[in-house]
Amino acid sequence: MHALANPLRFQRLVDIVLPWALAGLIISLPIGLYWVLAVAPADYQQGESVRIMYVHVPAAWMALFVYLVMATACAVALIWKHPVAGIVASASAPIGACFTAIALFTGSVWGKPMWGTWWVWDARLTSVLILFFLYLGFMALKDAFDDPERGRRAAAILAIVGVVNLPIIKFSVDWWNTLHQPASVLRWGAPTMDPSMLWPLLFMAVVFKLYYVVALCFRLRGELQAQRVTALRMAQSQAV
Amino acid sequence: MLRAMRAVFERDLRLSARSFGSSAMTVLFFLLALSLFPLGVGASPDLLARIAPGIIWVLALLAVLLSLERLFQADFDDGSLELMAQAPVPLELLILAKVCAHWLVSGLLLVLLSPLLAIMMAMPTETVWIVPASLLLGTPSLVLIGAIGAALLVGARAGGAFLALLVTPLMIPVLIFGVGAIDAGVMGLGSSVYWLILGAILLAAMAATPFAVAAALRLALE
Repeated sequence: MHALANPLRFQRLVDIVLPWALAGLIISLPIGLYWVLAVAPADYQQGESVRIMYVHVPAAWMALFVYLVMATACAVALIWKHPVAGIVASASAPIGACFTAIALFTGSVWGKPMWGTWWVWDARLTSVLILFFLYLGFMALKDAFDDPERGRRAAAILAIVGVVNLPIIKFSVDWWNTLHQPASVLRWGAPTMDPSMLWPLLFMAVVFKLYYVVALCFRLRGELQAQRVTALRMAQSQAV
Repeated sequence: MLRAMRAVFERDLRLSARSFGSSAMTVLFFLLALSLFPLGVGASPDLLARIAPGIIWVLALLAVLLSLERLFQADFDDGSLELMAQAPVPLELLILAKVCAHWLVSGLLLVLLSPLLAIMMAMPTETVWIVPASLLLGTPSLVLIGAIGAALLVGARAGGAFLALLVTPLMIPVLIFGVGAIDAGVMGLGSSVYWLILGAILLAAMAATPFAVAAALRLALE
């Protein structure tokens, strides 16, 4: 971890990871889309609209996963004053917010034909909406100070406090008996889903994860370059 | 250590007693905003009684948010926060004392006033006592959670609505279980689960939030 504290070395790592992840994404995305749109069977109850699930569920998983990555990076940045971890956190936030928005949107599109309503105030939906607000709060707080370092660390504290929401989201469908269906993949015992649907779902989850890595690498590159530009400008103005 | 906490506690109480305006404003907002609802949704007693628990709780939450904005800013501006941070007493404990004092002049006033509001909203008289009871257990949690946001925003360019964006998401569970306790109590269902969870949230908030607040304040003082 400390070896990665050097931005230049970290940038080299990003440069190595990016082409591989990008290639993986370009190859796997069409396969995944073909699998879930054409090969995977329609549901006997939901019909074709079950295919929304292949976007909705991975996006929701990623919403949680990215928050976890972000909060961990924030903790690392606060505890060890790790210069790169803070950048990872701030680069992850917009991506996570997008995943959360996608999960909310696709869920609502699926809910209209299935539940007969765009939105219900059930525990799962509400807690994911809270997650979305936490992402927005994080991004807004990060930019609320004149000193970017100060903003980054204030936002880090908020991100760590917000972790209490993650177990609430995960277990909301078990604790409260509400409209959203209970966990069917990550649960004690075997998944309750048929393999013909489970495998494409897991494949899509991998595709989403690859997309996160690619987007994160691009954003990290941008942020690292921006930092270098600022540092060079500072050095230049001091030299003059 | 206790002496230092008491000193901060008494100082904050004295300060807010001398400038009575801010806590009076909190109470006034609570009352005034409530009186808008009968005018807005119609004064039918059935409807008012049904929505009363939710509205009183939401308004209490907003009133606490309004009162929190200046919780640390004034101390930061005049430098007393710096002294507290350098005192040989953990900053977390002094924060706890400050938050207690703040709750007494904001949350407790809302608790005391809430039976009146419940009656104004046509709640049945025999169940009115549940409203202050749930606020009594819930508003300290709101103040504690809100203190994190207030501390994070010390010295920030923005304020006001910003604080709401940061801390309302975290306050929502308190609101849900606070309203749930009243609703279950009014309907005569078993409500002990709600009380227990409200109490659990308060205990967890008392144990954990001072550390987050202290971290945020130390950041502001750097």
